Formats: sequence, structure tokens, C-alpha cells
Amino acid sequence: MKSIYLTIALAPLVGAIVAGLFGRKIGRAGAHSVTIAGVAISFLLSLVAFKHIVIDGNPAFNGAVYTWLVSDGLTLEIGFLIDRLTTLMMMVVTFVSLMVHIYTIGYMKDDPGYQRFFAYIALFTFSMLMLVMSNNFLQLFFGWEAVGLVSYLLIGFWFKRETAIYANLKAFLVNRVGDFGFLLGIAAIYMYFNSLDYVEVFAAAQGMSGVTIQLFPGVEWSLLTVIGILLFIGAMGKSAQVPLHVWLPDSMEGPTPISALIHAATMVTAGIFMVARMSPIYELTETALSFILVIGAVTALFMGLLGLVQNDIKRVIAYSTLSQLGYMTVALGASAYAGAIFHLMTHAFYKALLFLAAGSVIIAMHHRQDIREMGGLKKYMPITYWSSMIGTLALIGFPGFSGFFSKDAIIEAVKVSSLPGSGFAYLAVLLGVFVTALYSFRLFFIVFHGKERMDEETRSHLKESPGVVTWPLILLAIPALGIGALTVGPMLFGGYFGESIVVDAAHDTLAKLGEGYTGVMGFILHGMMSLPFWLALAGIGTAWYAYMVNPGFPAQVRERFQTVYRILANNYGIDDFNDRFFAGGSRKVGRLFWKAGDQAAIDGFMVNGTARGIGRLAVVMRYLQSGFLYHYAFAMIIGLLVLITVFVIF
Amino acid sequence: MNFEIPDFAPAAPEIFVLAMACAVLIVDLFLTEKNRVITYLLSQTTLLGAAVLTVSLHSAAPQVTFSGTFISDSLADVLKVFIYLITAVVFLYSREYLIARKLFKGEFFVLGLFAVLGMMVLVSGYNMLTLYLGLELLSLSMYAMVAMHRDSMPSSEAAMKYFILGAIASGMLLYGMSLIYGATGSLDIAEIAAYIQNSSSDDMVLLLGLVFIIVALAFKLGAVPFHMWIPDVYHGAPTAITLFISTAPKIAAFAMVMRLLTDGLGGLLTQWQDILVILAALSIAVGNVVAIAQGNIKRMLAYSTISHVGFLFLGVLAGTDEGYSAAMFYVLVYALMSLGAFGMVILLSRAGFEADNIADFKGLNERSPWFAFMMLILMFSMAGVPPTVGFYAKLAVLSAVVDVGLVWLAVFGVLFAVVGAFYYLRIVKFMYFEKPEDKAPLASDFDMRAVISANALVVLALGIFPGSLIALCATVI
Repeated sequence: MKSIYLTIALAPLVGAIVAGLFGRKIGRAGAHSVTIAGVAISFLLSLVAFKHIVIDGNPAFNGAVYTWLVSDGLTLEIGFLIDRLTTLMMMVVTFVSLMVHIYTIGYMKDDPGYQRFFAYIALFTFSMLMLVMSNNFLQLFFGWEAVGLVSYLLIGFWFKRETAIYANLKAFLVNRVGDFGFLLGIAAIYMYFNSLDYVEVFAAAQGMSGVTIQLFPGVEWSLLTVIGILLFIGAMGKSAQVPLHVWLPDSMEGPTPISALIHAATMVTAGIFMVARMSPIYELTETALSFILVIGAVTALFMGLLGLVQNDIKRVIAYSTLSQLGYMTVALGASAYAGAIFHLMTHAFYKALLFLAAGSVIIAMHHRQDIREMGGLKKYMPITYWSSMIGTLALIGFPGFSGFFSKDAIIEAVKVSSLPGSGFAYLAVLLGVFVTALYSFRLFFIVFHGKERMDEETRSHLKESPGVVTWPLILLAIPALGIGALTVGPMLFGGYFGESIVVDAAHDTLAKLGEGYTGVMGFILHGMMSLPFWLALAGIGTAWYAYMVNPGFPAQVRERFQTVYRILANNYGIDDFNDRFFAGGSRKVGRLFWKAGDQAAIDGFMVNGTARGIGRLAVVMRYLQSGFLYHYAFAMIIGLLVLITVFVIF
Repeated sequence: MNFEIPDFAPAAPEIFVLAMACAVLIVDLFLTEKNRVITYLLSQTTLLGAAVLTVSLHSAAPQVTFSGTFISDSLADVLKVFIYLITAVVFLYSREYLIARKLFKGEFFVLGLFAVLGMMVLVSGYNMLTLYLGLELLSLSMYAMVAMHRDSMPSSEAAMKYFILGAIASGMLLYGMSLIYGATGSLDIAEIAAYIQNSSSDDMVLLLGLVFIIVALAFKLGAVPFHMWIPDVYHGAPTAITLFISTAPKIAAFAMVMRLLTDGLGGLLTQWQDILVILAALSIAVGNVVAIAQGNIKRMLAYSTISHVGFLFLGVLAGTDEGYSAAMFYVLVYALMSLGAFGMVILLSRAGFEADNIADFKGLNERSPWFAFMMLILMFSMAGVPPTVGFYAKLAVLSAVVDVGLVWLAVFGVLFAVVGAFYYLRIVKFMYFEKPEDKAPLASDFDMRAVISANALVVLALGIFPGSLIALCATVI
């Protein structure tokens, strides 16, 4: 099996290298064939791994494939931990990636950077697989940074656009903040556990639960809380949690396929995956869990609200991604790790579907993305329309669709959670349901129904997208519709994750829900009688009224609540604050350090000063080498005499 | 006194090399200029045969023969195999260079083989006299090799200086040995060690002998302040000879250090440790600093050798098995790097042109990107930049020193390694960021280009997979 796992990770890398380095030689068809083949191999072998681990019930694989170096008890190695959690992630990543690869053939058809794009997304798949398959923190960090790098490259894929460059730099910088915390967390783990191996660290975590450290003199912190929060700061960057979410909406500057793959389905869920993977640590620190719960709740509600005022089709979906990531984070905070991963999976399918459908609309609209210029697309694009319908219903959690099961489970889990902050979180996720339904159907109605607001030229060219675009939509619509009902039982209540996720009995919220679980139909029926369902219906109704029945209504609301509208449109002022305070401030500080510290003290005095000093010394010492034999012999005798004097006589 | 017929088997490689060196000498007499290549091939065959013999006769348990004066153990066998390998590559690199300068004579190979024999005896010597014998055989061959280019003034001058200073060092070594003989009553390494074990260690005569021996060892390796011959000899000798002097003999000298200081005088560890600390610190400092001021690459590499010797001493003075194996790893790696670096100097030279100025490396990347990259690897490795093997070599000796509590010395070493990085990277800068003065592409035989590429790639590969060589060094110590 080891070679199979290795192939899973390396096949996309081979594709990426071939397409990236020899792209010009193998041409467009060559580039997409080789990368698609690589990812397809990974997907098929992931299925094999799934069968091996989950269906045949073999024990998890945990082993090194390559040891780079062993130094002082620290082993740096590439290793895989393939358990039930990993196989699930591998399947989701490779499946969505495969769909996106195929879709890209149609979407990027006329782009001059075709081969480069395929090389990047295949490289992304490799990096993401390395991240999820890792068995140690170092490799996790490698994958973490590698996906960040590819994300950076892809947001700025159209590198001649000012806005794209701005967006990718912003994503890069914001992620640096998160990664700084993440790296500190890893360093803390190494410092106290003296190991970077998951299994060893998890085994030792229990014994560390009483250890406290002093970050500031006089204040004792629980070690595990510090580690948990530091690692979660990394997750906040990558999974775009408030206040490190600001990069994600801007990342929509990248091509749509990567918005679907990286900025919705897979990479941004890396933080969620990481926290679930670290469940043995998080379970020991309620403070960190509470922190996660509150951050997630704020993200889930307040980012959803922003979706209401966006007019760019991709940005609306981007804010919905933020809000959904918030839901996953809330689930982590409530110790419903299985719920978070379950939502991660359903979300990966329906959000990739929504993005790709949006991409299909964008193709039809000749790369115009403003929804105010759309409308009535239903009759031109039936496949896109129906797949969007499925995606939207899944997103709002309509009973029976995949998102319903995962979202409902999260809401119920928060309800029974007893951590500090769970009351607020419950309220936030509940209101979030209404908001989700409202912005989702606002988008849906404006784009597919109502008046056709595009210009005549565009209307004449409107048509359904080609097969390479619609087939992935259809293939993604199937899991978006059905995966929830199919897997809710085993994943949430059937102990699917086995050993790979650890939950302390004291806050095992899913177990409490499991007591009342009577099967899929029971779950649906229960859902239809509970509050979230009615809130979702109310959201749809409001959207229907505001955008179909009485289109003047939103304008009236905007007039009346101008302040609120402005706050939302400005992203709560977070961007302005960051620009002024962090960007402006650090530039000022940077200038100071540059002038005073770097140029004057370090360069002028220390570096160049030392270099000048040593250079002069070298010239002087060179004269000792006079070339005269008797000088040399004299030096030897003197040396001997000194040694004798020092070591023998004294 | 009974005379026993000694067991010749452990010394079979030495006997073979001796016989073959004599045979080459005679065969060469009957060859004309045109088919001199036969001498070359015979010499290579000799090295190959010796390697086969050494490997096939290897046994895990040490074998002592010739009344306890000769030892064949794993350390000796491994070092010998490296000596053969490096000498074979030296011969290969030198061939074209020597032909172009009309130095392609039988003497070079015969003297080379005798030097190899001297190194072998040095590596296997288990008695002060055997060690001295090996050292003199090696040194005398070297003096003659340096002087081989008779018409060249610098070459003769270098040989003269080398010979006279070498004679002084030999004298000191002999004097030290006689003092130790006087103190312990024996020349046998094992008996000396046993005597020191059982007696107080502050015997003045013994200490005096120790100092003399260390001075001689420091001279052979080129540690400050006994280093003065190195720049002049490296500079003056034909590059092919410099290549030879700077590589294989260092391995043999390391073996001599191990035999004398650790096997024989191991009981005086605390005394010689202090002396080596001074020599190591001085070598690292002087070597790295003075190298900066050099414009001639052979002189620069000479000073780089001095600093590497300092690092080698760091491993030895730790006085632990980790330290010794780190020092052994260091000397093997150093020999590989030096081989490649001087090989590159030879590669750049042509008939009538010595590429021995640093400026001759200007714009190498435009002339030959592949060899510029190879030189880059070698320079990075010498400077100790990961992932090249030079990094692991430095890391190993530094961690050995830290383990015995000499943190300041490790810090000192690292600081001067940073200073040293300057002159290695300057070559890289010249290769990549300057315009070439001479646009001619590098011309050389296929075997030369292949082996020098392999040489540099091995330096890189060992940096990525250092485990096996580190393990080898750890097992033989």
C-alpha cells in the first residue's frame, strides 16, 4: 500500500512538472492530458485506499517514506498517516480537483497561459495531498505553505491586472499573519513534546494538560491552550476566519476554476481539517475550543450579511464560502469534529458546483460578472440553471439536500454544547440560516429569473456552455444532492472516523444528538419541524418578495438603513483599518528600521564595517607570508617554543 | 631472539603497490612519448588492483603483523580505499594537463604510486617507526613531485621550501618520538598506550615529546602557525601536483593523527586537547581571513585548506568517538571537495595558460553553464551551505565540540565560517554576474568532464543522503 500512497501524492506532481517545464513542447492538449491523467490516477487510487482502510477495515497506515535527516533526536521525514479521516479528504480533494481540471479545458480555452494554469492546479493537488496525508507537523507545514504558494500564484494568474496583483499580495500577507501563529504553535509543540510526529505528540498530549507556561511574566497559561490557539491562528489565515478573512473575497480575481477548487472546496478547508486532525490536543483545552467557537460564529453570521450587498456573482459566493467556513469552525469549537468534516465534504461538492456554475454563466456572459447585467438566464442555460438550483438548495440546507444534513447537525450540536460562548454561537448560526437563504436566492433570482438586463449583443450570443463545462456540473450535482443522505448515518453517528478523531466524553455533542437519531428519514422529518427550516423558508420568501415581486423594495431598505448599508458595503471597515493601520503603520515602521537600523547601524556599521575590518586585517596578515624561508622556519620554532612554554613548563 | 616469519597477508595491498610501482618504473623505460599512456593505464590498474585486494582481504577484526608494527583494521581499509579512489581521480584529472605541459612522464606516476604506498604505510602503521617510515616515503615523493617542473622558477622554489621545512618537521617528529621512547621505553603504539594508562600523566619528558609530535602533525596537515609552506607550495607546484598534495595525503595525515594521538597518546587527552584548541582556532581564523586577500585561486584554496584543517581538528579535539568519526567524515568530504575544486582549475587551464587567477572564473556561466553549476556546488559545499555535504561535515564537527562543552569554540568556528563564505561566494559571483574575458568554451576529454561532473554531483548527493557515509565513519572508529 505504501507505493500506492506515494503514487497518489506524486502523480499530480509529475503532471505539474511535465506541464510546467515542457508545456511549450507538449502543447495545450498535452498539458491538459498529462495533468488530468495524473489527478485521475490519484482519484482512482484514493478510491483503492478508501476500500483498503474503510471497507476492508485495515488498520491505519503510519510510516515514513523518506528520512531527510536525523539530528539530536529530531527526525525530519516525509511520512504518511493514512486513516479514515485522510482517505475521506483524499477522495474529496482528488474528485473536485479532477472535475475542475476537466472544466478548465472549457473555461480557459482561449487563455495564453493555458499550460501554466494546468501546471499550477496539478501542483496544488499535490500540495494539498501532502498536507492531508502528512504524519508530522513539518510536512503539514510544507503542504500548508505549498498550497499557499499555489494560491498566491493563481490569484495573480492574470498578472498584468493591477487588481489581481493587489489581491494576491494581500492574500500572501494576510496568510503570513496566520502562518506566523501556526509556526509558533509548531515550535511550541517541538519545544515541549520534543517530537513533530503526530502519533507521538497526541500520545503525550494527555500528560501535558496540566503544564503551564509564562508568556508574560506573572501570567500562567496552559500550554495546550497556547498551542491550540496558535495553531488555530494558522487555521484562521488559511480558512479565512474573522479578522483574517479579508483576502478571500479579493482572491476572486483569479480564474473561476481555482475559485472553485482552492478558494472554496479544498485549500480554505485546510484549517478545518488541521483542527480536526489535532482533535486529541484541542479536546484537552476548553479555552481554545471556546475561542474557536466564537470566532467561527462571528464569521458565520457577519460574513453572510456581507453577501447581501455584493453585486459580483463570484464575490457573493465568496462571502457564502466565508460564512460556511464559519459554520465548520463553529462545529470544531463544539467538538463536533465529525460534523465539521462532514460539512467540509458536502460544502466542497456544492460550493464547487456553485462556483463552476457561476463560471458557466460568466462564460456565457463573455466574462462579465456583475449580476445587475444578468437576469432570465434560465431559458438559455438549462443545465447550468438546474445544477445551480441543486447547489443553492444544498447551500441553504433544504431538507434532503446534502447541506441540510451537515448544517442541521452543526446547529443542533451547538445547541447542546455547554462551552462558554455556545449561546451566542447558537444564535449566530441560527440567524445565519436566514441570511444564507436570503443572499443565495437573491443571487439565484437575479441571475436566472426576472428581466433580461444584459445588452442586445450579449443576449444574442447567450447559449449553454460546452460539454467539458456542463459534465463536471452534472457530476458535481450528484454528490451535492445525495451525498448527505447517503453518509449522514455513518459519518456523524456511526463512528466512521474511528480512532482518527478523538472527542472527550464531557463535550461529545454529536453523541448526544446520536441518541435521538433514527435514520435519514427521521432526520429529515425532525429537520422540517425545527427552527432552521422555517428560517430558511423565510429567507427564500424574503428574497422572492424583494427581488421578484417588488423589485423596488431593496432600494427602499437601502435608503432607510443607509448607515448599515455603508458598513456592510465597506466590509465593516476592516479593509480600511488594515490599510491604514497595519499597511500604513508597518510601512512607517519599516522605513524607520530601514533608514536607521538597516542602512546606518547594520549595513553601515556592522556588516560593511566588519567586512572592511576583516578585509584590512586580511591585507595586513598577508604580509606575514613574506616568502622568505627563514621567516617560515622562524614561525615554526616560535610556535613550538610557545607551545612548550605553555603546556610543558607551566 | 627468535625470528618468526610474519604474516604477509594483511600487508598484501602494500606489497602489491610496491611491486607494481617498480614494474611501472621499468616498463616506462621502454616506452616512447607516444605510448606513454600505457604508464598511465598501468598506474590506474595498480590502484584498482590494490582496491580489490584491500576490499577482498578485509576482515572485521584488526590484524596486527610484522611484530606488532603493522595493523590492518577497518579504519585503515576504509581510508585506503578512499586514498586509491582519490589518487585514481587525481591521475585522471592530471593527464591532459600534464600532456599539454610536456610533463606527462613516467616519474609522475611512479612518484605518485610511491606516495600512495607511503600513505598506506602511514594509515596502517602501528609503531612509531613504521609511521615515520610511511611519512618519509610520502614526503620524499611529494618533494620530488613539486620539483618536477624543473624549468619553472616558482616550482623549484616551492620544492626547496617544502623540502627544508619538511625536514625540520621530520626532525621534530623524530625528536618527539625519541622523547616518548625515553619516557615509555617502547615505540609500539599499543605499549605506549598501556604505559600511559598505568602511570601519572604529568611526566615532563612525555609532555615534551607530545608537543614535538603535535607540531610535526600540525605541519603535515598545515595548521597555523605551521602552515606557512602551504600557500607557497600550492601556488608554486604545477596544478596537477597541487591537486594531489591537497587531497589524498590529508586523509593519510588524519590516520597518523588517529594512530599517534588517540591510539598511542590517548591517555594524555586533556593535555593535547588544549593544544589542538589553540591550533584549531588559529587555523580557522587565519585561514579564512587571509584567503579573502588572495587573487590567485590556488593560494585561496591553500588558505581554505588551512581553515578546513582547523575544522578537522575540532572533531579530533572533542576526544569522543562522535568527534573522531566527525573528523573522519570531514577529511573525506574535504578531500572530495578539494579534488573537485582543483579539478575545475585544471579544467579551465589550457596549454600555455594557467587558469589560476580568481578572475579567470569570470563569466563561466556564459561559457559553460553546466560546469559553472558544478563549481557552484563545490563552492557552496566548501562554504558549508546545505544541502551540500560540506554542511553536514561542519555540522558534525561542531556538534561534537558542543557535546564536550566547548560551545565558545563552536561559535568561533561558525563566525569564521561566515567570513569564509565570502571568498567562496565571490567565485560564484564572478561566474554568474561578471562578463567573461575569454569566450572560448571549455574543451576537454570526455572522461575528464564526466568524472568532474560526477565529483560535484556526489558532493550534492551526499548532502541529500549523508546517512551512509556518516554511518560508515561511525562504524570504523
